[in-house]
Amino acid sequence: MTTAVVEAVTALLLCASGAASLVAALGMVRLPRFFQRMHPPALAATFGVWAVALASMLYFSFLGGMPVLHTWVVACVLAVTMPLTTLLLARAALFRKRQEGTVDVPASLRGS
Amino acid sequence: MTPVLSFAIFATLTAYAVAMALAVYRLLRGPGAEDRVLALDFLYVNGMLALLVLGIRYASGMVFEAALVIAIAGGVSSAALAKFLLRGEAIE
Repeated sequence: MTTAVVEAVTALLLCASGAASLVAALGMVRLPRFFQRMHPPALAATFGVWAVALASMLYFSFLGGMPVLHTWVVACVLAVTMPLTTLLLARAALFRKRQEGTVDVPASLRGS
Repeated sequence: MTPVLSFAIFATLTAYAVAMALAVYRLLRGPGAEDRVLALDFLYVNGMLALLVLGIRYASGMVFEAALVIAIAGGVSSAALAKFLLRGEAIE
């Protein structure tokens, strides 16, 4: 009985993560502009990773009969590295698009 | 392992595979270098997730270290690529 409940919750979390990843990929392919395409991968890197980490913690804790929580570290590492990467990439893209002289990019606040 | 969980694992891995295929499309298509870096970033996150799910499938705690290494190395490499796009060199 308990096994079925734990495995069902794990299955639900895994499916949610898969759906989040799929939605993120679809968004990345379908959105028209780069600054819009930057947003969807965050869905996989936050919700997707946390769902899998929770599922893994739940399943291994149940399997081992004691708390096995180390998957949490993966989610925390991603929570640190992902915003850094995204911010750097956004700045790089903005810089490059300004260099190219694209019209639909906001101008520098310092005044060109 | 109940059939529910094994089916969910199969469905999740399929979803990851489709997502990775879409990311590869974005990686090859472009149009800009930023798009390619973004797609690569998404690919390594998905690969790491697939590894964690396989760890649940085979009830193995060994994949955790591999997933952690992918998370750290992928984050650093994406940051380096973004820095390269910004400056033209990764380390100044």
